[in-house]
Amino acid sequence: MIRCERVSLRYSLKDGPDVLRELSFEVPEGGFRWLLGPSGAGKTSLLRLLYLAARPTSGRLSVLGTDIGSASRSKLALLRRRIGVVFQDFRLLPHLSAFDNVALPLRISGRPEGQIRADVNEMLRWVGLYALRHVTPPALSGGEQQRVAIARAVISRPDILLADEPTGNLDEVQAQRLLQLFHELNRLGTTVIVATHNIGLVQDYPAPTLRLQAGRLVEERVTEDA
Amino acid sequence: MLKRREEEQPWLRPAGADDLGLRRALAAPLLGALVGAMAFLAALSVAGFLASAEVAAHWQQGAGASLTVQVPHPGAMAGLHTRREAVLAALQATPGLASVRALSEAELADLLRPWLGPDAERLSLPLPAVVAVRLAAPGGVDLAALNAKLQSVAPGTLVEREDIWAMRLAKLARSLELTAGAVLVVVALVAAAVVAVATRAGLSARREAIETVHGLGATDGYIAARFSARITRLAAAGGLLGALLAMPVLMGLSWLAMPFLRGSMEAASATPEEPHWTALLPPELWLLLVVLPVVTAGIGWLTAQATVRQWLRRLP
Ligand SMILES: Nc1ncnc2c1ncn2[C@@H]1O[C@H](COP(=O)(O)OP(=O)(O)O)[C@@H](O)[C@H]1O
Ligand SMILES: [Mg+2]
Repeated sequence: MIRCERVSLRYSLKDGPDVLRELSFEVPEGGFRWLLGPSGAGKTSLLRLLYLAARPTSGRLSVLGTDIGSASRSKLALLRRRIGVVFQDFRLLPHLSAFDNVALPLRISGRPEGQIRADVNEMLRWVGLYALRHVTPPALSGGEQQRVAIARAVISRPDILLADEPTGNLDEVQAQRLLQLFHELNRLGTTVIVATHNIGLVQDYPAPTLRLQAGRLVEERVTEDA
Repeated sequence: MLKRREEEQPWLRPAGADDLGLRRALAAPLLGALVGAMAFLAALSVAGFLASAEVAAHWQQGAGASLTVQVPHPGAMAGLHTRREAVLAALQATPGLASVRALSEAELADLLRPWLGPDAERLSLPLPAVVAVRLAAPGGVDLAALNAKLQSVAPGTLVEREDIWAMRLAKLARSLELTAGAVLVVVALVAAAVVAVATRAGLSARREAIETVHGLGATDGYIAARFSARITRLAAAGGLLGALLAMPVLMGLSWLAMPFLRGSMEAASATPEEPHWTALLPPELWLLLVVLPVVTAGIGWLTAQATVRQWLRRLP
């Protein structure tokens, strides 16, 4: 599913430091991982590799059975459609309505317009935003924007769901609801990786962890807690 | 009832709508105006090319309407006169000739210099007399009959069509054609550059949206198509604008040129009936005006596609 073998990442190819250093780990299909570590440890950078926004500088990264270092651009585009991402800053398109934002992944993958509406409306009802479907993101609250972002991330039933500090802008109740959702999706077979600072959540939802420090994997705790 | 309709229709964007917000990001009026200006210039240069070709064709006909008559042994007697005088008299008596003029020895030497060198005058070659004849109208004289008549007056006389000028005009026309072609290429390149600059501005204005859409699995083709669809429409509109601006100018010019192209003086001075307005432009110029927006649209599509795809290479 996801396999890293001595993967390193450097942002500036000339003389920059390695932001990730020789990471090796594996996440099986249907697995759940917490991605932990202090700020600047490289969590976002690792997720960027996993959602194919960057290719490794060295090492072998394989996602959904494809070697990312050597895959063609069009192959990467197709793979991205199988990966849902929730960003801390949401990255919604500000000029599109909530409906159109959620519909975007389906349109990009070429789903006919007639098949889109029912799915998107159902998803919007599920995240409690059906009444606000025609509102554009700037007019939504932070929590509402996040729910749009989540709906967009899962609308195409991705094989992998990645979230980068998704609870940063949420209160405790919203954060709990989000984690319930992630666990539900994981139970249905989606591989989930969540980067977070929120130790309380990690304790509420015990799962294997990947802990980064200064770009290195310092701990991989795979044994599931009871 | 109304409410229900709204329920079914509302905020649903039409297919192919503006995912990337390009309606705002691309400076539509400026791009349209610049492409329009290029289309206008292109129309003028093509029209200039066509006009020069046509004028050259008429001039060539004019040059073709002249003859050279060579009389060997011009000083020898033919009856009461010299052969030269006999030929001149015979020519002057021929209807349909506008002018008849014997070249002087000096003119003759000028003509022969390229073949005989600077000493042409001093060579004691028996030079023929040369008579330049202009016809009143092209093909206005039966050449064979004239030849026979002159042969009977002074055997050995040669009648030749003059086509040095025709050749020079062909060269001039060819040069004008090349110039117009070069102008056309430059104008097309400038139009492509204008489109590329506008596309790049749109790309940086929508950088975040593009990265997001790319991250959701959009292919280069998907993103390039959003841009090229919008730009193609703007470029076509610009081409149409240029064609509309060029139309009255071309009509005015071709109205002014018409008497010369129609040929004879009477046509120029006669006041013809009001022509139908479509007759104000020759068919090839009408075709040009119709094709212009299609060509600018094509340039817009190609340039937008190439620019966007090249820009997207920065993303993995
Ligand atoms: N686009 C970038 N260009 C250069 N350096 C970067 C970039 N993004 C992050 N970094 C650097 O990489 C390191 C890891 O950052 P990041 O992956 O954001 O860590 P985390 O998400 O754990 O806070 C930091 O030192 C950061 O400054
Ligand atoms: Mg981060």
